[in-house]
Amino acid sequence: MAAPQVTPSPAVEVIDVSKIYRRYSRRHQLTTLKSALLSRNTIRDLRPDETFPAVQHVSFTVPKGSTYGIVGRNGSGKSTMLKLVAGITKPTTGTVKVHGRISALIELGAGFHPEISGRENVFINGIMLGLSKAEIARRFDEIVEFAELEDFIDAPVKTYSSGMYIRLGFAVAVHVDPDILLVDEVLAVGDEGFTHKCLDKFAEYKRRGKTILLVTHSLGLVQRFCDEAVWLDEGQVRATGDPKRVIDTYVIDVARTEEVSLASDDARAQERVAEAQAAGPAARPEPGAEPGEPSGAAVVGESEATEIRNGFAADAGRWGSREVEIIDVTLTGSSGGVGHVFQAGEPVEIRLAVRAPKPVDDFVFGISIFNTEGVCCYGTNTDIEELEADEFHGDAEVTFAISSLDLVEGTYKLDVAAHKRDGYPYDYHRLLYTFRVKSRHKDVGIYRPRHEWRFSPAIHFKPPKTPKD
Amino acid sequence: MFPNLAQLVRYRGLIQSLVARELKARYRGSVLGFFWSFVNPLLLLLVYTFVFSVVLPGGAPPDVRPYSVFLFAGLLPWTWFSTSLIEAANSLIAGGNLIKKVLFPAEVLPTVSVLANLVHFCLGLPILALFIIYYRIPLSLTELAWFPIVILVQLTLTLGLAYLVAALTVHFRDIKDILVNLLTLWFFTTPIIYSMNDAPKGARRFLNLNPFTHLAISYQEILFYRGPYGHWKWLLALWAASILVFLFGYFVFDRLRDSFAEEV
Repeated sequence: MAAPQVTPSPAVEVIDVSKIYRRYSRRHQLTTLKSALLSRNTIRDLRPDETFPAVQHVSFTVPKGSTYGIVGRNGSGKSTMLKLVAGITKPTTGTVKVHGRISALIELGAGFHPEISGRENVFINGIMLGLSKAEIARRFDEIVEFAELEDFIDAPVKTYSSGMYIRLGFAVAVHVDPDILLVDEVLAVGDEGFTHKCLDKFAEYKRRGKTILLVTHSLGLVQRFCDEAVWLDEGQVRATGDPKRVIDTYVIDVARTEEVSLASDDARAQERVAEAQAAGPAARPEPGAEPGEPSGAAVVGESEATEIRNGFAADAGRWGSREVEIIDVTLTGSSGGVGHVFQAGEPVEIRLAVRAPKPVDDFVFGISIFNTEGVCCYGTNTDIEELEADEFHGDAEVTFAISSLDLVEGTYKLDVAAHKRDGYPYDYHRLLYTFRVKSRHKDVGIYRPRHEWRFSPAIHFKPPKTPKD
Repeated sequence: MFPNLAQLVRYRGLIQSLVARELKARYRGSVLGFFWSFVNPLLLLLVYTFVFSVVLPGGAPPDVRPYSVFLFAGLLPWTWFSTSLIEAANSLIAGGNLIKKVLFPAEVLPTVSVLANLVHFCLGLPILALFIIYYRIPLSLTELAWFPIVILVQLTLTLGLAYLVAALTVHFRDIKDILVNLLTLWFFTTPIIYSMNDAPKGARRFLNLNPFTHLAISYQEILFYRGPYGHWKWLLALWAASILVFLFGYFVFDRLRDSFAEEV
């Protein structure tokens, strides 16, 4: 920044705001009522364990005319923050200063009465949002046209589909012509066409120098639209400033949390199998005959079927004679660290720590990858690849190195196995390991062949918007 | 509190359209539509007339003839009063969406309950007028001049109580059920189906403590009994008390306002 910039006056100032809710309990109804009556403070007389901080010491400033994004996980206090700015709830401590007329797109059509017509509802909703009758009358046609409800405006709102309902609510709210527009995840509704219209409307607001405060899970939208963003996590500010930077830190954190949750899922699945085995072998139907299974597994030391989190078709489990034992399975990505979340195209290694207490001369190591639908994306083993077993004794490591993980985004599970050539299982781990593939591209299918697009000179594309993205 | 009270005046446009919506929505889809506002009190009247002329022929007070006009004069305002309170008690919970999702002055909701029922009350008046004309009951203009004042007193009282029950019901849903039963008791401790003169001497002192007694007597004196309106001192005292009730009700409502969005 070379020239000294004039700092624009703020539209919204949030200064050290905390919002503490009472945990739900019937017991404290009277306390709440009493303290509300005496001091207007509903939580003063409650112990800390009876309260729940939704927002803690949050401060940020939204400059006039800017578009400001709030991102964060579910339950991070985003919507509470928006309600505080809207004035629907009051902060427990701290202050919220708002300069200008606010319109909140929090619950669209919240004030609609189902029994009366769309037309009448537009008027009442508009009045609720602070317009006068004359103002609404002037904008009425525009509202109806925006909502695409010309044919149904005189029908009672209860006959509307949910899409129509929300379109009408949105149309009224944006035509209130506020100075500050609060938007809570409303673009998730409506079809493509309507979403575009909403985005155009936002762009128009932006052009006209209005302030927009946007809560959304669509990070792309924040990156594209917002001048600034704040990341809330468990009610606290984790990062503010440049949207790209805020989103990147947020995305890294989400990946890390996913990592932890996948790891604990896997640990639980493996624990359950171990427990089941300790409890004694139970009869279990032949798990084989699945498409693409690399080994025709026979039934020896059975483990019980294990309930699995996702919709994976087969049951997770572990069985085998343990003449060869798979002690540990780890996945490592390009960074070299053990992980569960990988980028598509990243080199990944699957490492099996194996042990043969006695020397064996008939062994096959196999691996297959399944997606959430239970489809085997890939399966292979050393026998298929014509590696002839010679001898194995003691502790060893088997590495299956994938030079480029060419899978589409999604969650995958692994089978790893050691067995005889005829299928007699030494140690079979069925769907016990989970990993997630992330991708910048939302391509579909199972397999992502390495590819590039080529065009003859008559076809032109615009250069990418953000060079880094 | 007082700036908020002033805000209530600023929101009159909103209140007006919500009352209109309430009235429209209530009869939307019914064949008789708005006529129900006339038919309802008429049917209620028929029920009481049936009870006191067929089921309990000696039950009707002897000195009030025609009984139906006397009954109607008290029953119509009572219906306004009791229905308002029951609806107001439920209004914040029913309008929870507005309180939680829209920046919305909560006191509008109970106000709308009371005013919508005031409109129903007014729509019932022509029926009452027909009865008065049919039975040739003489009315005097000086007495009728008091009529709007009685309505105003009742409005003040009802609004005050409406704010109180609306705010408290958010915290204690039990109030809704308590209120319904309390109103039944209240109805029978008010000279509506019987006349104050028929009440035993000892009970009259007790009945005088009931604010609606004075409203009922006022309506009856103006619309039914001959002679000048003699109850005005009581009425003005009641008005003063009603203003206090209104301020108290609004005070409680205003104090609890911030808790509504969380408790609804």
